[in-house]
Amino acid sequence: MANVHLRKLHIALGGKDIIRDLDLQVDPGEFLVLLGPSGCGKSTLLHSIAGLVEAVEGSIEIGGRDMTDADPSERGIGMVFQSYALYPTMTVEANMSFGLRVAGTPKAEIRRRVARAAGMLQLDALLSRKPAQLSGGQRQRVAIGRALVRDARVFLFDEPLSNLDAKLRAELRRELKLLHQTLGSTMIYVTHDQVEAMTLASRIVVMEQGRIQQVGTPAEVYERPANRFVAGFLGAPAMAFIDGELDGAGRYRAGTLALDLATPGAGAVTLGLRPEHVAIRDDAPLRAEVTLVEPMGNHQVVWLRCGGHALSALVHDTRVFQPGQQVGLAIDATRVSLFDPRDGRRL
Amino acid sequence: MKRTFARITPYAALSPMALTVIVAYVGAALWTLRISLTSSRTFPSGEFIGLAQYQRLFDNERWMLSLHNLAVYGVLFILACLAIGFLLAVFIDQRVRGEGVLRTVFLYPYAMSFVATGLVWQWLLTPGDGIDGALRAWGWHGLHLDWIVRQDMVVYTIVIATVWQASGLVMALVLAGLRGIDPDIWKAARLDGIPAWRVYAQVVLPMLWPTIATVLLLLSTAVVKLYDAVVAMTQGGPGTASEVPTKFIMDHLFLRSNVGLASAGAVVLLVPVLALLAPYAYARSRKEAT
Amino acid sequence: MTPPIIDHSAHPAIPLAPVPVRQVAVRKRGRRLTVARIGIYAFLFTAALFFLLPLYVMIVTSLKPMEEIRAGGIFALPHAATLEPWRQAWSGVCTGAACEGIRGGFWNSVLITVPSTLITILVGAVNGYALSFWRARGANLLFGILLAGAFVPVQVMIYPLVRVMALAGIFGSLPAIVLVHVIFGMPVMTLLFRNYYAGVPQELFQAARIDGGGFWRIFLQVMLPMSLPVIVVAGIMQVTGVWNDYILGLVFAGRDHLPMTVELNNVIMTTTGTRQYNVNMAATILTALLPLALYFVSGRWFVRGIAAGAVKG
Repeated sequence: MANVHLRKLHIALGGKDIIRDLDLQVDPGEFLVLLGPSGCGKSTLLHSIAGLVEAVEGSIEIGGRDMTDADPSERGIGMVFQSYALYPTMTVEANMSFGLRVAGTPKAEIRRRVARAAGMLQLDALLSRKPAQLSGGQRQRVAIGRALVRDARVFLFDEPLSNLDAKLRAELRRELKLLHQTLGSTMIYVTHDQVEAMTLASRIVVMEQGRIQQVGTPAEVYERPANRFVAGFLGAPAMAFIDGELDGAGRYRAGTLALDLATPGAGAVTLGLRPEHVAIRDDAPLRAEVTLVEPMGNHQVVWLRCGGHALSALVHDTRVFQPGQQVGLAIDATRVSLFDPRDGRRL
Repeated sequence: MKRTFARITPYAALSPMALTVIVAYVGAALWTLRISLTSSRTFPSGEFIGLAQYQRLFDNERWMLSLHNLAVYGVLFILACLAIGFLLAVFIDQRVRGEGVLRTVFLYPYAMSFVATGLVWQWLLTPGDGIDGALRAWGWHGLHLDWIVRQDMVVYTIVIATVWQASGLVMALVLAGLRGIDPDIWKAARLDGIPAWRVYAQVVLPMLWPTIATVLLLLSTAVVKLYDAVVAMTQGGPGTASEVPTKFIMDHLFLRSNVGLASAGAVVLLVPVLALLAPYAYARSRKEAT
Repeated sequence: MTPPIIDHSAHPAIPLAPVPVRQVAVRKRGRRLTVARIGIYAFLFTAALFFLLPLYVMIVTSLKPMEEIRAGGIFALPHAATLEPWRQAWSGVCTGAACEGIRGGFWNSVLITVPSTLITILVGAVNGYALSFWRARGANLLFGILLAGAFVPVQVMIYPLVRVMALAGIFGSLPAIVLVHVIFGMPVMTLLFRNYYAGVPQELFQAARIDGGGFWRIFLQVMLPMSLPVIVVAGIMQVTGVWNDYILGLVFAGRDHLPMTVELNNVIMTTTGTRQYNVNMAATILTALLPLALYFVSGRWFVRGIAAGAVKG
């Protein structure tokens, strides 16, 4: 396992700047997730770490060695693609050993490495099968095995689960996490799915428009998002944003909605509320009207209108709510987020 | 009433196709088969003589020569088209600039008729004038490009002309196949450190097998059907040196008034085509079943 | 000339992120990359020369007076370019008995191509539509045989067709040759349309059925209007195929309606005295002009026609 260090990375494609001035440090053995919407540059960043895309400026260091100009095959990395990109006309064994054969590795060594990787990934029984005869999970493991035999120290994943249906996705996600625990290699994973990011990552890098918005553990980016974009991107149902004002005495007002926050400061702010921090209680100070109820099996999402603002609440018991019903709301003031309404920064 | 009418409408609409298949294709082929078993000369006769026409056919020097010519031509034509078409496609696939222009240039011969192609190449390969003359004018007196009038070399001239015409098609088909390959495979191969030529040889080529099978089928049937180009370029000459089976059949049908013999030739020509189609159809029906 | 039929079992994949070939040569592989690319361009350039050579010679020869041709130098540009060979080819050369030039053949070809194309496209469209959306017993088997027939040399079927037409009294006439082209054009046209309609969602058809449409109404009001792309492709392929045909025209068209390709061959065959190479080449260009022009104008559709012959299962 190796570390990856990116310094002042500048990447352009087709004349357009995709990533500018990016710094990132990936620790050995960690599972780093690059999270962001389509077009934010996360895939391009991954491709540049792999060496498939040339950087205009900046440096890429892998395992302590400068790999900025190195060939993809010389960087000690392995990559798993969305389609897995296994060679369809070759067996699993041939898929894994192809690179080594081309490099002229002695046959005995090839056999040893393939056997070791197959053992680690439980592919021993599948070595003579072709990719078309494998399940999704097995193909994922073969793709990883292809990198393992080359003693890759960093594994890159380019949205490997995006093409799968929900059930298979959850299953393979767990396999991947187990694999990381077993192998302990450095893994850099790209996805637009925040659930994948939250469950898999040791740290998440949230990206938007080629810039890193925040780097932190799942808990950090979730509980203390650095700006409005990160706050809105993580969490489902999404955080509700309400523009209002602080009066300097710790009171926040947005129309008829009022909250006591233990914060000094005055002026216009945007309040961020997560549904799990909104409780429906009869004895609560705020009044709201139910607009929609979404039962989710083990919880309900109740959509409300409070003082002209729309927000949602997570309810974990079996109370029944009707649209139009008047309820009381209590908001956990210690868990809210405040953002600057002009630039979205966290206050 | 309306239901019944609605039910038969598809059948009625397909009746031209059914008629064509049953009468013009199957019916005509069967009739030809029938004629080949009779002693027909200028007109079909009713006298059945069994396989005697086939016997005469294979005793016929001109027919045997035409088969030999076709075999030589076929192998060269298919190999050359495959090689050139494949190379052109692979090279164009390397993200070269002016790809559109290049493709236009390589494919335009296919828009020309065989007759036009044959005539142009006949002119180009005319000894004395043509390329031969130009070589002489440039001072290369030792080189004589007189293949088209030499019995032992004339087949090669037809190969050149028809390869010129058909390679572009092979290129187009192979290129389409190449473009259908998952680009991630290329990335994975780069990461594995596989050099480009090996990716083509050991990954891409096996993946292109269905495309290549189709190309082979098309080229092979084109070989069997070879007629227009020969008529235009050499008229089967010099002498009968570039005679081909189709020409043999046509000449005997309309000029030499030996319909029975010609029909036998046509049936014999049908055999390799059916032999080529059978595995193709079998593979397709297997795929449909899965 | 039979348009081709190919088998596509792969779909073009849509890449997630654009991965361009490295624009900047990397230090390690730098030199090798450039040499390889030079080799690629050299090969392609040489090949392009080989492919363009006949076209160049054709044009250049047709513009030279006979003296220049006799003087040699097939690759030389004309010194005294003249359009006389073209005029002669069009209205003066001898095609067998008559010496009216090749223009008769041109109009014959037009007379043959237009109805052939229109009828064959119509029949192909109806066939493709019926095969894709309606269940008729035995239809697929018939279609299979039809496709196989496209690969069979025409000599297998030609004589019986001649006899049948002679019996019907239409042998050697315009209807005969048009009918023959419809017969032999049907396989590929049907294939084109069938594949095209196979790409139309069944739900569209079912919705039309629910709306009360019958066979012809759905065809004329739903399917045909959305078939413009395939009609264009079919038109291009059929026009090219019929115009460039030689053997069917030779046998079935009759002396009064010989297509241009047959006349062209007659022109070359009728050598009284020295061969007029320039006139021959002019005649050849005139004959090849229509399909070539069609090709250069509609190149992308042409290629699409080739690829659209895809048989999908």
